[in-house]
Amino acid sequence: MRLADLARDELNRRLAGPGLAVRTGPFVFRARTDVDLVQDGLALLYADYPVLDAAPFADYHVSVLPSRGPRRWYRPQVHFALDEFHPFRPFPRDHALPLFEWGLNWSIATTVNQYLMIHSAVIERGGRAVILPAPPGSGKSTLCAALIHRGWRLLSDELALVRLDGSAILPLARPISLKNRSIEIIRDYLPEAVLSPRCEGTAKGTVALLKAPSESVARKQEPARPAWIVFPKWQAGAEAAMTPRSKADTFLKIGENAFNYSTLGRTGFESLARVVDACACSDFIYSRLDDAVAHFEALAAEGEGTP
Amino acid sequence: MTDMVAAALRAPESLSERSLEDWDLLVRQARAAGLLARLCLRLEAAGLIDRVPEGPRDHLVSARVLTDKQGRDVRWEARCVVEALRPLGIPVLFLKGAAYVVADLPAAAGRLFSDVDVLVPRDRIDAVEETLARNGWAGSDMNDYDQQYYRRWTHQIPPMAHIRRQVTLDVHHTIVPQTARIRLASDSLLEAARPLDWPRGGMVLAPTDMVLHSATHLFNEGEFDRALRDLSDLDVLMRHFAAADAGFWTALVDRAAALDLVRPAAYALRYTRAVFDTPVPDDTLDWACRGAGLFGGRRTLMDLLFKRMLVPNHASSRNPGHGLAQWLLYVRSHHIRMPLHILLPHLARKAWRRQVGEDTV
Repeated sequence: MRLADLARDELNRRLAGPGLAVRTGPFVFRARTDVDLVQDGLALLYADYPVLDAAPFADYHVSVLPSRGPRRWYRPQVHFALDEFHPFRPFPRDHALPLFEWGLNWSIATTVNQYLMIHSAVIERGGRAVILPAPPGSGKSTLCAALIHRGWRLLSDELALVRLDGSAILPLARPISLKNRSIEIIRDYLPEAVLSPRCEGTAKGTVALLKAPSESVARKQEPARPAWIVFPKWQAGAEAAMTPRSKADTFLKIGENAFNYSTLGRTGFESLARVVDACACSDFIYSRLDDAVAHFEALAAEGEGTP
Repeated sequence: MTDMVAAALRAPESLSERSLEDWDLLVRQARAAGLLARLCLRLEAAGLIDRVPEGPRDHLVSARVLTDKQGRDVRWEARCVVEALRPLGIPVLFLKGAAYVVADLPAAAGRLFSDVDVLVPRDRIDAVEETLARNGWAGSDMNDYDQQYYRRWTHQIPPMAHIRRQVTLDVHHTIVPQTARIRLASDSLLEAARPLDWPRGGMVLAPTDMVLHSATHLFNEGEFDRALRDLSDLDVLMRHFAAADAGFWTALVDRAAALDLVRPAAYALRYTRAVFDTPVPDDTLDWACRGAGLFGGRRTLMDLLFKRMLVPNHASSRNPGHGLAQWLLYVRSHHIRMPLHILLPHLARKAWRRQVGEDTV
């Protein structure tokens, strides 16, 4: 059953009561919340996700609940919990939906060592994946949002889950967090995209969440083979250009972007080395999304037909 | 309310019968207790890890991988601290988790570390703080009251952390707070301490003293967030020392008497045996309990209090009266530690600051 098949009051009843178990990529999370912003957000953004009626085991028991005491009414606050642990200070109630997403990301990023986790977006075409690692502000999410509506499949916008043998990246298609100007850019560029209401004044500025395309969510069981590592950078007025970069340098830079590279020790080194070995590595500078789409089109055409 | 974690550690083979529902709660309890990785190691040692369903197995193994990494980090940090302090020519004694790591004790395996604890001679504490600061360790942000409280009444200087590695370093100058009624003969502990092969210049407490220190910490400090993990450490330590030396149990109670630590020793022996089936000999336990006056009404009372604390830090494992027991033991810990004329203003201040929402020591 998909989340969209649940009647809204049934969805809210589960969220406010025993929790709603949803599968995303290899993980099951059980969410509890009586905050309407999160309930509405889940109904909108997670409509295509499988809901598990009787999920005996959940990887993450997460909740976003109102703070008790006077802050329930006076400038109301909400807090995120992983089971009974509160990793963050309370947030203003208006930020409840991004808080849910950040909390879930935090939960995965701090507990998973069965995969190498690279902080990057990942998209796929023809079984081959592009890893897009980038610091905040580089336009990674904007680029990823555009590409997944132009022929590429979303594997993840935040976390590349790499099998420890380096052979494949697992899908973890979740909503994409768009910040500040990218919200308008994507709204203009992709009129068909589904966006959550804007959330202003968060630690990351204004945030809106973009619903992952239904097809990406449906193909949750299909891993992809790492084939390219592209470091994107948005630069005002720049002509789009894809420049090759050395594998050694790519390895070092991507290692810094891997959450659990040093935790995994030797295993982390070896799996990252296999990924970099298998990938063509480049930097990509762009200013217009249409140019970017064309360049990635060319990338996909490269070596097409080779296994 | 059930504690599934202790049962799982006692008998990992029983886990093959568990349903996924059971695993769901067990993983949560074990994570809350800080014992997920140790449980993984038990299952791996028994060759049973592959029989755990994939979902919970991923969490078990991931937790164990993290503790492996933390063990490596602690080992490296220990070496860096010893090297930094080498010019001072003083002994650097590792305590608690860091000691288990540098001494290669099984209690280090599968253990999460929040900090590295070292003990240095009290009269060199200023030189130590200065030397560490020159070598990249920085003090934490703390208001003046907290700074003074630390320096004057506790057994350590405010925590430091290396600016690049970010591992918290707690530098102690006395093993228990200066105000403690139980005066630990620090000199006698230092005399019995064992030098390490690596890092050379580092030391750890002798086996009996390591157990007594851990027990004193658990039963006298009044903080029980990780109580079950600490009790499991004691179980692992005592099993290891007793297997290596048949005279360990006798030596432990003798040493407890010499250091005036019979009570925490008695609690450690009683509750490790009760919770983890630690093979404490009957006569050792009787002797310690008699010495500690732990029988009759006192034993009933302490059982009621401590048994409520020695469970995973998770709502599903708590018994009614948990909050009251916690509060009583918290007050007791301060009572052990401080004279009443210091204690009351301090608790009042902490209570006030909790009201106004400031962080407290």
